[in-house]
Amino acid sequence: MTSTIDESNKEKMRSVSVDLNHDASLLIDIPDALCERDKTTLSSFQKPDFSVPRQHEDFIWLHDTLVETEDYAGLIIPPAPPKPDFESPREKMHKLGEGEATMTKEEYTKMKQELEAEYLAVFKKTVQVHEVFLQRLSSHPNLSKDRNFQIFLEYDQDLTVRRKNAKEMFGGFFKNMVKSADEVLISGIKEVDDFFEQEKTFLLDYYSKIKDSTAKAEKMTRSHKNIADDYIHISATLNSLSADDSTANKKHLEKLSDLFEKLRKVEGRVASDQELKLTELLRYYMRDIQAAKDLLYRRARALVDYENSNKALDKARLKSKDIPQAEEHQQQCLQKFDKLSESGKKELTSFKGRRVVAFRKNLIEMAELEIKHAKCIPANRKLSRFMAAIWGMGPARLASSKCHDFTAQITDSPAE
Amino acid sequence: MADIARDPPPQHTDFHELEDGEDLFPDPAATLESEPASLPAEDISTNSNGPKQDSLFDDDPEDLFAEATEEVSLDSPERDVLLSDGPSPAITPITPPTSVLTPRIGLHDDMFTHSSFDEIEDEEEASDSFDMHISVSDPEKVGDGMNAYMAYKVTTKTSISLFKSHEFSVKRRFSDFLGLHSKLASKYLHIGYIVPPAPEKSIVGMTKVKVGKEDQSSNEFVEKRRSALERYLMRTVKLPVLLKDPDVLQFLESSELPRAVSTQALSSAGLLRMVNKAAEAVNKMTIKMNESDAWFEEKQQHFENLDVQLRKLHASMESLVLHRKELSVNTAQFAKSAAMLGNSEDHTALSRALSQLAEVEEKIDQLHQDQANADFYLFSELLGDYVRLITAVKGVFDHRMKTWQKWQDSQMLLQKKREAEAKLQLNNKPDKLQQAKDEIKELEGKVEQGEREFEQISKTIRKEVSRFEKERVKDFKTIIIKYLESLVQTQQQLIKYWDAFLPEAKAIS
Repeated sequence: MTSTIDESNKEKMRSVSVDLNHDASLLIDIPDALCERDKTTLSSFQKPDFSVPRQHEDFIWLHDTLVETEDYAGLIIPPAPPKPDFESPREKMHKLGEGEATMTKEEYTKMKQELEAEYLAVFKKTVQVHEVFLQRLSSHPNLSKDRNFQIFLEYDQDLTVRRKNAKEMFGGFFKNMVKSADEVLISGIKEVDDFFEQEKTFLLDYYSKIKDSTAKAEKMTRSHKNIADDYIHISATLNSLSADDSTANKKHLEKLSDLFEKLRKVEGRVASDQELKLTELLRYYMRDIQAAKDLLYRRARALVDYENSNKALDKARLKSKDIPQAEEHQQQCLQKFDKLSESGKKELTSFKGRRVVAFRKNLIEMAELEIKHAKCIPANRKLSRFMAAIWGMGPARLASSKCHDFTAQITDSPAE
Repeated sequence: MADIARDPPPQHTDFHELEDGEDLFPDPAATLESEPASLPAEDISTNSNGPKQDSLFDDDPEDLFAEATEEVSLDSPERDVLLSDGPSPAITPITPPTSVLTPRIGLHDDMFTHSSFDEIEDEEEASDSFDMHISVSDPEKVGDGMNAYMAYKVTTKTSISLFKSHEFSVKRRFSDFLGLHSKLASKYLHIGYIVPPAPEKSIVGMTKVKVGKEDQSSNEFVEKRRSALERYLMRTVKLPVLLKDPDVLQFLESSELPRAVSTQALSSAGLLRMVNKAAEAVNKMTIKMNESDAWFEEKQQHFENLDVQLRKLHASMESLVLHRKELSVNTAQFAKSAAMLGNSEDHTALSRALSQLAEVEEKIDQLHQDQANADFYLFSELLGDYVRLITAVKGVFDHRMKTWQKWQDSQMLLQKKREAEAKLQLNNKPDKLQQAKDEIKELEGKVEQGEREFEQISKTIRKEVSRFEKERVKDFKTIIIKYLESLVQTQQQLIKYWDAFLPEAKAIS
């Protein structure tokens, strides 16, 4: 039950290969090698190893179906994977095309490489996010048994998901409005259970904070990418300068140009690591918290239903009319509410655990990567040697020079 | 200037893909060859810097040392400020680096083996024994409203005998600097001296300061200007002919200076200047010079290329500064957001880790800010200066063309007059003949003078260009070292901060 994404990785080895066509839809092949951990689920699958092509819309269909299933009202439905966002690389491609005339061939090639890397990164992220969605479903004791989920995995023909017709689209829109009304409702309702009261306050607050953090982290990553691009231009220009130069500066410029090239690689890696470890983490949990909030809404609505049914029962008793129906209705509402509360409690607790573990893992990895990247620029001793090399200072002199003091000072300076 | 063609060392440093902790720059001794004829001590595997080298030194190793050591010691006040907590105004940390750009020889006897450098001491370049340091400091707002201006304190420290004392300071305003430049330009540009251009006017910037906005951008503007003025003065006095100029001496020494009114942007003099510039541009296009000297042609091409490349580099550098400033702002915003997130997190260990993350990011944002300043003041401004300097260089070449044109014109006139004289002789008109003879004599004088002027300006330009190139190499070298140091420092700090954060992240249970 406390399966994290990591564990589910081990449970079911699943690799996803992606085949992108040039329009917005995404085809995903899911080769599936199930291993023996949970025999009960295994039996409902017909083949041990299979792969099917699925489009993004199919995932959305699966998600929506699960959300609409009454039985799962007490569960946190894993958030649907978002559509791949090629907006920013597309923009970049436009700019690159426009600026082609002003760049050297080298520069242009490098910019194109960067662009391709960005496309690839969006790609990989999309695949990962879709994969994570399926893995969470498969590791959930209830959801993994869902019939629709099994069809999704097995049905080897095109799912031809019935696209939502106009009425349903409108219905969906209406549902969103109801949801925002829900938010008002949920904050107004008198909570009987302390646990849920706390959770509600916490989740509502946390959601707005994490949404903000996600946006800010995205901006940070974007800035890093911009800097990496600048380094490309600088490195290229320094190269041209050094090619034309016949003075003592020639070598210095070459080395500097190489340094900037290295810097841009480092900057690019920092940007992408930050994106994956920080921004993605925040983004994912933002959506997950939304799913948790949805659970709370459903429970709140059930509570309202229950309270309404109580009132109806009282009225019926007063009027001495339709009492058994009212009683039955009230019982149903109570049952539903209790069921939701019980499973909701379990879900929310495990959610918290999951979240803490994921944050821990990603924060550690991010810090380690940042350190690794920062070390790519030469450290003290190496820089002294480097500077000595390009400006012809003998190492003996260097040792006695104040350069040594300087570098020593760097290592001794406090972390403040 | 020894324009020695260099073959790149056969073993190029191998910049292959980095792994963990891999050496970005593998042992230099393995990669560079000794090239005794050129920049001496590239062979560092042995103690080649010393007396073993033949006397084909140029002044490079000595200056190199001076700069390296001087910069290093002067760096410490800068770095102390950098390492202090809290956002300091962008201005204060920056003042030291610019004042470091001057070579200060004679203060580091402990470093060198005297024997090797006795040879170099009697270099003919004045800049080697150049002992003059000018600093521009203490910008003060004088007056109010639209008549307000910034007064800068110009302090000169020198032991050159031209000056009355060893240390003195005066108060100057921006238009004084412009006035000085216009005087020097009118005196020296047309005979071939590369007069350093003055910093540019900025009506928007100054208006903000006048109006009294005490905010970040006007502070930055004042600092940028102060730094530019200092560099301008240092460049000007490095030119021996300008150093001796009475206008320069007066500028540096006398407490009162007549107001330079003709430098106002919207004055009649300003408009006249603009019209003249346009006329000159048209003229330049029509002069076609027979370049007999390949050196000049080559140099002109070289400067054209340099101009294009430096402009491009400058633009990229400015973009880098902008983006780094953005990064700093975004990081600060993220830090705040992460702090709030940490506050609302109910798991204690995670909450603490998130708060720590916020603190780390805040420190990093300051780091980015400082690096952006280094990018700017070290690199970007230098490039801007050189873009303007190269415009001055091109101007000097243009003057040479004009001088040549003048000479050719008077030669052609002489020719015509001689033909006229011959015709008059045939037609026997004695009185007109005498007049013609007189004119011819005058013109012959003019032609001779024209030729002399042309020779003179060509000679001056050759000297100036070689001096300029030397300065350029030195300047860039200095800046590149400083810039590398700043980059390294940033990375070191980054490592420290993340290292401190890592245990916090691991402590999340």
